[in-house]
This record gives sequence, structure tokens and C-alpha cells, in this order.
Amino acid sequence: MAMDRRSLIKTLAAGGAAVAAGATTATAALRKTAPPGAMGMLYDTSLCIGCKTCVVACKQANDMPADTTAGGGLWDAPNDLNSKTKNIIKLYREGERQSYVKQQCMHCVDPGCASACMLHSLQKDKVTGVVMYDPAYCVGCRYCQMACPFNVPKFEFEKAAPKIVKCELCRHRIKDAAAKGPGGFTRYPKGQGPACCEVCPRDAVIYGRRDELLAEAKRRIAAWPGKYHKDRVYGEFDAGGTQVLYLSHVPFDKIGLPDLGDKPVPETAYTVQEGIYYKVPFAAPVGLFAVLAAVIYRNKRAESVGAAERGGQP
Amino acid sequence: MSAHAEVHVPVGGRLMTRPFVALLAVALAGAVAAAVRFLNGIGAVSNLSNGYPWGIWIAIDVVVGTAIGCGGYAVGIVVYVLNKGRYHPLVRPAVLTSLLGYGLAVVAVVVDLGRFWGLWKVPIYVWRWSHSPQLEVALCVATYTLVLLVELSPVLFEKLAAGASSGLRRTAEKGLSLVERNFVWVLALGLLLPTMHQSSLGTMMLLPGPRMHPLWLTPWLPLLFLVNAILMGFAVVTLEATFSSAAFGRPRETAMLGSLSRIAGWTAVGWSVFRVIEVAAAGKLGQIRGASGIAFLAEVLLPLVGAAILLAGATRTRAAWQVRGAIVLFLGTALHRVDTYLVAFTPGPAFSYFPAVPELLITFGIIAAEVAIYIAVVKTFPILQGPAPAKATY
Amino acid sequence: MENPKGSQSRSTSRDERGLDRRDFIRVCTMAAVAVGLPASVGVKWAEAAAAKTLKPSVIWLHFQECTGCTESLLRTSHPAIAELILDLVSLDYCETLFAAAGYQAEDALKSAMAANAGKYICVVEGAIPTKDNGIYCKIGGRTAVDIVNDVAGKAGAIIAIGSCASFGGIPSADPNPTGATGAPQVLAGKTVVTLPGCPANPYNFLGTALQYATFGTLPALDEKGRPRFAYGRVIHEDCPRRPHFDAGRFVEQFGDEGHRNGWCLYKMGCKGPVTHANCSLQPFCEVPGAWPIGIGHPCFGCTEQAMAFRVPLHATVLPEHLTPPDSYPPIKAQQGGVSAAAAGLAGLVGGALLGGGWAAARKVDEGESASADQNEGA
Repeated sequence: MAMDRRSLIKTLAAGGAAVAAGATTATAALRKTAPPGAMGMLYDTSLCIGCKTCVVACKQANDMPADTTAGGGLWDAPNDLNSKTKNIIKLYREGERQSYVKQQCMHCVDPGCASACMLHSLQKDKVTGVVMYDPAYCVGCRYCQMACPFNVPKFEFEKAAPKIVKCELCRHRIKDAAAKGPGGFTRYPKGQGPACCEVCPRDAVIYGRRDELLAEAKRRIAAWPGKYHKDRVYGEFDAGGTQVLYLSHVPFDKIGLPDLGDKPVPETAYTVQEGIYYKVPFAAPVGLFAVLAAVIYRNKRAESVGAAERGGQP
Repeated sequence: MSAHAEVHVPVGGRLMTRPFVALLAVALAGAVAAAVRFLNGIGAVSNLSNGYPWGIWIAIDVVVGTAIGCGGYAVGIVVYVLNKGRYHPLVRPAVLTSLLGYGLAVVAVVVDLGRFWGLWKVPIYVWRWSHSPQLEVALCVATYTLVLLVELSPVLFEKLAAGASSGLRRTAEKGLSLVERNFVWVLALGLLLPTMHQSSLGTMMLLPGPRMHPLWLTPWLPLLFLVNAILMGFAVVTLEATFSSAAFGRPRETAMLGSLSRIAGWTAVGWSVFRVIEVAAAGKLGQIRGASGIAFLAEVLLPLVGAAILLAGATRTRAAWQVRGAIVLFLGTALHRVDTYLVAFTPGPAFSYFPAVPELLITFGIIAAEVAIYIAVVKTFPILQGPAPAKATY
Repeated sequence: MENPKGSQSRSTSRDERGLDRRDFIRVCTMAAVAVGLPASVGVKWAEAAAAKTLKPSVIWLHFQECTGCTESLLRTSHPAIAELILDLVSLDYCETLFAAAGYQAEDALKSAMAANAGKYICVVEGAIPTKDNGIYCKIGGRTAVDIVNDVAGKAGAIIAIGSCASFGGIPSADPNPTGATGAPQVLAGKTVVTLPGCPANPYNFLGTALQYATFGTLPALDEKGRPRFAYGRVIHEDCPRRPHFDAGRFVEQFGDEGHRNGWCLYKMGCKGPVTHANCSLQPFCEVPGAWPIGIGHPCFGCTEQAMAFRVPLHATVLPEHLTPPDSYPPIKAQQGGVSAAAAGLAGLVGGALLGGGWAAARKVDEGESASADQNEGA
């Protein structure tokens, strides 16, 4: 007997409701946290003088070419992060209010880019939490660019063999283990940490373990109440937390840091995806396959009983 | 399946007609642009940028293109699950259209992927698989294209079975019975896979979350995309069946399409109503303003207008109205996909995107190739119904 | 000025100059610091001079030169410092400064070489002609090539002072009729400290020679033999006019407003961006601003073989390392746009497809009524 329309719809609806119920169980309780050894940076806009030494140092440390499009061949003058620029200083100015801002990868605790990547070409280092890129598994689909709320990963559109380009916290320079140094920050020997932090003449950007930097940021907020916007560190909880933290003396949105709430970027998509496919691994597709096969088989059986021709052609 | 014998026959006739050559010319223009893309990079032929990394190659060629390829899926549901065998003659050309739609979407993917040579790793490196919705789409689309090939293989086998070489005839007959024996699970797969990846195409656009316009940032996107795919499948089947039988002088399917139009019409009404309800329930009605608001209204109203045409009395018997309704429905459903992937994606006021001329040429080239291959295949293989026509006009 | 008998003379010049011990130590210390050595070295020198220990011998060779490098060395003008240097080292052969000439001078050379074999500093000033077996420079019947191979062969350290000795300098400019080359090329395989410059900055020489005299070592050299302490960076990186470059303020013509305001000379052909030297940091003759850029003329790259006497004075060069300008990108940078052609094409094709499809609907109807409908019922 054939499954008629009504009962089919009922079955599918029941299945769909079950799946939806399973999908909503991914909650804040299951959010990722930064690994204990997570390394990060703390950038304080009130200390930055806009000298751009960090831009130069990043280019040298990462062997990046100059972007001379706007510079008439004379200057390295990118106007944004791009395939030749992993770190940039921008200026916000509105009347009397002014701030420089350093932009680079935020090394999120639960990165959208890594969750988008099909073969983990972008993934977090298990120890340092740095979001790393391995072009060996990259197909250049640019889904990571779509996923990043900070618009960080850049693509070499101008090349025939393009890669994704973004800050990787100078992980290629690391040779030795990190150790607690002066100031109480865990650091690598000179020349192995992020180049931008090592050259900054004002220590406007410093690096260390994320928990140490958070503590330092909070110390500064407590020491100068009212100096920093909303008396909070951007990146503590924003987008589920980032390993690059910002203290700003002007509103965050003015320096290009969007208001993302504390929900990690992948949460919505993954709640749906996990709920449908992975909660009980592949139960939904396998179940649906079984239902479809059963229905088709029954229908076909019923037809061939009554059919005169061989039911050959699908 | 049918009450009387269903005969599939190649249309035959001259291949290099003027329209066919025109299509080839457009396809060639696209191929030249694609060659430049492979030699000089994506930036050399497109306006894709770090602000808009995805453009029409993804939004139209892949996302709308695969939905165009859901003709076989839509008809398959009606014929094999809902057991409405009378629609069976629509199946084979729909499967061909699906195969072309998906095959050319794969071509578009290779053009769009910056490092396409790494694609072979995707199905092989199982231990590196992530839970990315795009991975699921990629694997399903690849598998589904193979399933469509299997579903369409009897066409090849039939042609070979009627051929001269006895060796080939025997192989063909073995092939035919092999497919027949595995018919149930191949078909089940052919209905499961589009369900999976068409909904995941919707899930995919949940990831740019903070940069998606609120009207399109809804957890119902997978369901919306799934039903949208079925609707587009219906529209494409109507257009394809009507135009090809008119162009090639085949027996008409007007009555069948008339009742199919009713199914499509009511489904479209359901989709549009659901879309408005879910936006209202999320308290987002206030977001319907500006250019995005117009896009939203268009993607809701066009299917309703299409449904109105498809459900009208005259449409039951008049092919013209079926076609018009299908066009409007197609436009509305395609618009939802383009809206989700291009309009709703808002990287900020500093960025803008409109395709470049070579970029458009590649898209048009792919569409032209699709139509040209369709014509070539129906003329050579037993796809369409009925005895050979007196005169093929296209 | 110095004793032609050689290096064994004891110093009495302290008394002759009338410096007391405190002043003497102070002058030595300042001399040490002036050449980039620690102040404690100056004290060491003073003690060595007081103890009357041996001074290293210096043999100074002149070939195809204008004597500018010697002249610039003599203009290290702190009071009595030239004499002091001559007391700290023993200048045993120098054609410019010798009172003697002829066989007497050559004898002094031979005896100095014999007495200090393996320990003396051989200074080469001027290029060495190599064409036609080097006949274009002969002293005492010997070609420059022979002399330099002989003298440098037994030296403890070889210093090529000036661009001519370093790579050929002005005598080697096209068409180079004499085959003029630098000392490192002639003395292939030996470590030759090169101090290019036209003239060389005398403090670069003093720093190198005094380090050797005090510690017996040479400073760290780059791949061209130039001491890194002096030639490690390009002029562009230490140029006093650099802020003007970064801000895009350029002289367009000699005498224009920019020139009178001391703006950057890049567009006038300054080779500073590719020239390794320390001219802005260590003034010649201790007169700040006494160098080309300081007086408003673009650097012509006198220390660089690829630039000096080869690239025209007013031809511009690209900086070695591009760095950011004195301007900042906004928080949201603009990109993207619509081309009219693309918009037109898209509209045309899209409209044609939709319109065509709509219009074709009617033809479909007409076709249908003309042919039989073969479908089974709905």
C-alpha cells in the first residue's frame, strides 16, 4: 500500500519537530573557552602614537611586499588589510576626538573562519590558540572571508595561485618555549614573539598569555576609571571572546570594533547544523534515507503488481 | 508507472542550427573569459573583493544553478514518494536538466575556487573533515551529480541497446538491469541528497551572522531554502517541458503541467506566508525598509503572484499561463537565493559589488552551455517522449 | 711630522704639546668616543702612551687617487687630535706626508715592512689600474698591482679607504681606460675592510684603525667588506629631511620654495634611499651639515659602486625598503563600484531572457492548439 500524502506529511513533520527540538540544546553552556596557554595581544589606543613601526615590522617579519597602489611607488601605503598587509594602523578623527587603531586578526576563541573551513586549513593551535592557516588544505573558497565578523582574512585575488593572508601572531618565528618575563607576561625570547609587539616604542601593543593580558587590562581600567570606553576590555566576551584585546579611549564602534554581543560567530549556524546532523551522528539523513527507500519500494511494488510492462525506466 | 507505454525517442535533426550556434558563441565567450581567469587570477576578470568575496558565480551559478537542477528532485518527490505516477513522463527530461544544472554548477565552482586543484582532498581527507555546512554541501553535490548520472544512464544504455554492435548491446542490457535492480536505493539517495544540501545552502548563510541583514538571518533558512529549491524545480520543469515540446514538436504535457502547477502554486503560497510569519514572529517587520526591504517584498510577493497565475482556472489547460506563472515563480524563488547570498550580506557601507563584464560573460556562458548541451542531448538520446516529429524547429 | 726612522720612537709629544695628565686622558677618551669605541679605551691609550709601549705601524699606499681621503682625515679638527693619532699609531710610510722622497722613502717602506711583518696596517688609497699589466700607475719602477700585492701580502690588516680603493671610484667610470679596480678585487681572497665614500668619512677610518690598534680585531663587516657600524644603514633611514619625504614634501627645482625650506631632495635624484653610509650621523670635519644633503644637493651615492659615477646625478631611484607615509587610512576604506558596461550587459541579458520567455509563452499556446494533445487525463 502506498503511503499517501497525508501520512507522509505527518511523518516528515514529526521527524522535523524532533530534529528541531534536538537542535536547540546547544546553549551557552557548551561555548568554547580559550585554551589555558592561549597567547594574545593587548592594544591600548590611549598609548598608540601612530608611528606605524608595527606595520613596518610586520612586513619585514612576514616577508610581505609593499602595497604601493596608493603610494605612487614611493610608499607602502595600504588603506586596509589586504593580501600584502597583515597589520595596519588606521586613524579615527571626529572633530577634537581622535584615536589610532591597530587592526589585524583577532584570534577569536571560537573563530568563524575556522568553523567555515572544510578541511581545517584555518584552525586554532591547541596550545596557543593562535588561528593558523595552512594553504595545503585550502581550496580558495573564501567562506572564511564571509564568516569573519571583523573582515580579517584577505585573499590574493590578483594571483593565479592565491592564498588567504592574515596575521598568525608570528608563529613562524617561534623556536623556543615561552617563559614568564619582566612585567609578569609569558613571552618567547626576543625575535620569536609577534614583531609588532616587540618593536612598539610605547608598548601600546603588548603580548603575553590571554589571562595575563586580561588582568593587566583590568588593572589599567581600575587605575584610571573613566578613561577607557565603558570601562571594559573589548574581546573579553565579544563574539565569544577574542585573544587580541582592546582598550579604547573612544567608543569601540568608532575604531571599527563592531558590537557583536557575546555569542560566538559560529553558534547559530552550528546549532542548526549540529542539531540536524551530528547530535545523534547522521541519524536524520540515515533515517530519512530509510523512510524514502521504504516508501519508494512500497510504491514500486504496488505498481509492478499491476503493471504490464517491465518497470525498467526510472 | 503509466497506464500506457511511454516511449522515449531522440529528437534527431540538424544540430548546428542558428540558435544552437548562437548559444555556442556565448559559451565560447564565457570560456575565453574563464581562460583569462585561470591564467591571471580571479581579480583579473571579476569585481570580487575582500569586501564581497562571493558574487554572482556563487549566488547565481552555484546557488540558483543547483536549485534549477532540482527539477528532478521536485518531480521525483511527486512521482515516487507521493506516488503520482501520471507525472512520470516528466521525469527523464527533468533528470537531464538536473544533471546539467548540477554539472555546470560544479564548473562554476571550479572557476570560482581560487585553489581548485585542492578539491580532490575534500572527499579523501576524511580525518580532516570539519562540521562546516559547506563541506556537507560539497560532498552532497558531488555525490548527487554521480547519482544523477546513474539515474540518467538508462538513456545511454537504451541508445546503445538499439545500436549495431552486439557486444555493446549486451553491455547495455547488463547496465540497464543493474540500474533497475538498484533503482530503489539510487532513487532514495537521489531524493535524500538534495534535501540535505539544499537546506545546508541555507544553513551556510547563517555563519556570516553579524553581517547578515536581520530579515535573512533566521534559523529557518534551511527550511526556506529547501522548499524554495522544490518550487524552483517545479518552475524549471514547467518551462523546460513546455518549451522543449513546443520547440521540438513533441507531444504536449499541458494537462500534467496544469495539475503540477496547482501543487507548485499552493506550495508557493505556503512558502511566502511562512516567510512573512517567521519574520513577524521574530519581531523584524520593522526591518522591511530601504533597498533590502524592497528585495524582501519582491521575494515574498513574486511567488504569490506566480502562485496566483498558477492556481488560476485558465492555467489548468493553457500552456501560456503555465509558462508565465512559472517565469514569475522562478524569478521570485531565484531572487530569494540571490537576496540571501548577495543582498543580505552587508560588509559595511565602504564596500560595494557589481559583477564585471568578464564575470558576467562566464555566467552567461555557463547558462548558454547548459541550454546547448540540453539541446544536443535531447536530439541524440532518448529523453523526450513520443514518436519522432515531422520537423524539429530548433 | 713623524720620524722617518720608523716606529720605535718614544713619544715625547705629550710634553711638547704641554698637556697635563688629566687633559691628556680627557683628550684620549674623547677621541675614543668620537670613533665609537668605549671611553675606557681612551684611558687605555693614555696609559699605553705614558708607558711608552709599541704603537702599531701604518703603511699608507697611494695609487689612482686625488688624495681627498688623506685630506679629509687630516681635517679631524679637534685640537691636537691629528698629532695624537699619529702618536697612537706610527705612520711609517705615507707619500703625502713624508718629508723624504725617492730611495729614502722606499727604504723606509722596506724596513717598516720587515720590522712589522704580519702586524702592520696596510691602508690603500686610490684605485689600482690593471689594464696593460698595470703600467698606468708606477711608483719607484713597480706597478701599483705589484706594490699592493707585496705590501698587503705581509700586512696584519688591510683597509681600503675611499671609493676608489673600495671599488674603483671615479677612475673606473666609463670607459675606464686604465682598467681601474678596487683593492678587494686585486687582493682576491684576502679580507679587505672597505671604507667607500668620496671622500670617506674620516671617523670610519679612525674607528676601524683604532679598534685594530687597541684590540687587534676588525669591526663586523658586511658582504662588501664595509664596517656595519658605519655602512649598516642607508642615508634615507637617518636623513634629517626624512619627515619631508614621509609627508610628500619634495623639492621640484633648485631654488624653489621647497628647496629654500629644506624639503626632501628625492625628486632631484637623491640616491639616499639606496646608499649605505653614515654621513648625516657623523659630520665630516666635525662640521654639522657639511655634506651634500645638508647643503641642499641630492646625495649622489658616492659609497655605492652601482650609483656613484654611473647613474646620472638627477635620476631618481626606488627606496630599498618602502615604509608607510605620513598619512593614515580611514577606519572604513572605500572599495568597489559599478561599471556602466557591466550594468548594461546584465540588464540587457536579464531583460532579454525574462521578456523573451514571457513573449514566448504566447507562441507556446499557439503551437499547442495547432498540434494534438497526446496526454492522458489529469
